[in-house]
Amino acid sequence: MMAMAPMQQSSQQWVEKYRPKQVKDVAYQDEVVRTLTNTLETGNLPHLLFYGPPGTGKTSTALALAHQLFGPVLYKARVLELNASDDRGINVVRTKIKDFAAIAVGNSNAAGDYPCPPFKIIILDEADSMTEDAQNALRRTMETYSKVTRFCFICNYVSRIIEPLASRCAKYRFKPLNEEIMTTRIKFVCQEEGIQLNSEALSTLSKVSGGDLRRAITCLQSAARLYGSSISSDNIISVSGVVPDEILDSLLVACKSGQFDKAQGVVTNIIAEGHPASQILSQLFDIVVKASDITDEQKARILERIAETDKALIDGADEFLQLLDVSSNTLGAFCNLARETSAF
Amino acid sequence: MLWVDKYRPHTLDKVMVHVQEAQHLKNLIAQGDCPHLLFYGPSGAGKKTLIMALLREMYGIGAEKVKVENKPWKVEAGNRKLEIDLTTVSSNYHVEFSPSDAGFQDRYVVQEIIKEMAKSRPLDVSGTKGFKVLVLNEVDKLSREAQHSLRRTMEKYSSACRLILCCNSASKVIEAIRSRCLNIRISAPTKEEIVAVMQHVAKKENLQLPMGLAGRIALLSNRNLRAALLSFEACYVQQYPFSENQAVQATDWEQYVTEIANDIVTEQSPKRLFQVRGKLYELLSNCIPPEIILKRLLVELMRKLDSELKREVCHWAAYYEHRMQLGQKAIFHLEAFVAKFMSIYKRFLIATFG
Repeated sequence: MMAMAPMQQSSQQWVEKYRPKQVKDVAYQDEVVRTLTNTLETGNLPHLLFYGPPGTGKTSTALALAHQLFGPVLYKARVLELNASDDRGINVVRTKIKDFAAIAVGNSNAAGDYPCPPFKIIILDEADSMTEDAQNALRRTMETYSKVTRFCFICNYVSRIIEPLASRCAKYRFKPLNEEIMTTRIKFVCQEEGIQLNSEALSTLSKVSGGDLRRAITCLQSAARLYGSSISSDNIISVSGVVPDEILDSLLVACKSGQFDKAQGVVTNIIAEGHPASQILSQLFDIVVKASDITDEQKARILERIAETDKALIDGADEFLQLLDVSSNTLGAFCNLARETSAF
Repeated sequence: MLWVDKYRPHTLDKVMVHVQEAQHLKNLIAQGDCPHLLFYGPSGAGKKTLIMALLREMYGIGAEKVKVENKPWKVEAGNRKLEIDLTTVSSNYHVEFSPSDAGFQDRYVVQEIIKEMAKSRPLDVSGTKGFKVLVLNEVDKLSREAQHSLRRTMEKYSSACRLILCCNSASKVIEAIRSRCLNIRISAPTKEEIVAVMQHVAKKENLQLPMGLAGRIALLSNRNLRAALLSFEACYVQQYPFSENQAVQATDWEQYVTEIANDIVTEQSPKRLFQVRGKLYELLSNCIPPEIILKRLLVELMRKLDSELKREVCHWAAYYEHRMQLGQKAIFHLEAFVAKFMSIYKRFLIATFG
């Protein structure tokens, strides 16, 4: 029998491995870093609300901040981390969070070089997925224990945090990373891990990840695992699940030709190749919005159906039928045919 | 034994269609560890074959000694106690099941079984602890809550087990899970690949398979290798030696759907609608999934349609299929589509021929 090699945790996720350890290492978010570094010196911290798209360093900043404030010794006692996958219903807010918030902390038992200010931090990651009830239950808790506890909310959509909570916090927006900073980071990781990445693959990688550094690094790691240490642009595309441009081109060409059977053939092929319909939709969206040879009216017509289809896919509708519907509508828009539903 | 099972490749070296993918998988586990995997692609493309070959590559022949178990799982959900019956297929190294069998209680099943597995790790020959593999089928049919709890479980127990997820449409798997797995797309084999596999099987069985027949079987299978091999075997049972222009039987439900499509196109009336309903019920009671009936029906109807009607019809097919997923009784929506089609078609006929 073939012996299974022992499992070591050598296969650590690179995302964890290269997570910034200090607030000042967080890339590209200059304003945030500046304010927070200040905080670190004075030890005076308001409630925080970090928001911005995924992979921009929100969680990293929060964790690094907590680590720098308390150091490894006190970290466990002073910091509570909860994210969306933990149970965070109203009961947890009433019991776990409240209990933790209520614990008094000793004053200035500074350990080593860490400032150790006299309060605890509760980090609520992915706070936008908390129910409104749970958020409401937090309002009072935040105020009552504000002497000994600071909250740090992290979310993608600030509009999903109820106003009373948001107004109690200092808000920090994290912006998507630009291409330059992205390539610097990726190059750094490649160097550390001994990976050959040519410039074409590099630009594909930063294009595919769209400002999300976590996604870029995960992609890189998967590619490295599958294809070894020399990675080409095609490898990146196949790992990231992005649909190659040629396929979308062929779909658009078929739609522009005005022949329904041709479009149906392309759709059948796409589904047989196993490309996820949701991915096709989002890439089609990008192309249509940016295209210069499509009139605004046509764009509106195409995008409207893409939006409806996206909803239908989330409801669990069949990919083939939905994609066919999008294509036939796109075809209609390109050739300025009457809408399918116009007769009713 | 059916040829489909008899000639299923057992090792990654022997696969015939996804040679590249197989090689990559081999590289992946060469270092002894593997991340969570998500296989997605249409049915009959070879996802399951690759997974089984992968397990065999990891654990050796022992992974193929499987036992089928049907046992009730006692699960504590809050303050209630549930008993969920579930069938699992397991070897010493892996457990395989379809969590969606548990219906709306799928969430508890996933957690409970993974916990149970985490408790009993497999013992390795060299005495070090390894991990078990949990193969989950049809993850796209899992409820949202179950997928969210799966995400947490994946992180928590990642030292004790690896998940291999298998699904048809990656769109229905939430982003959080997809981003935690290595995604592997398995495309349907091309017509040429199917023909090659059939020729391979024919050679092993000492049969003469004419190219023309092989081509037609492959074409009819809609790039589904399993379907192709099954109908190849059916052809063999029917008539051997093969002749070049031997008829390839479509499966009976497909013929039935073609019949329904003919009925609809020849007459559009409430009476005909009533008859069609009876036939649709017949199909449903034979456990043909409603969305597959609708898809097939659409494709059949499309063949007979004028191109200006196609866009309209396909829009309504998409519309009613979406409704079907939201609703409870599939027959309503199938029938609504048929009725809609009849009205569109009748209107068209009146407009053109008066």
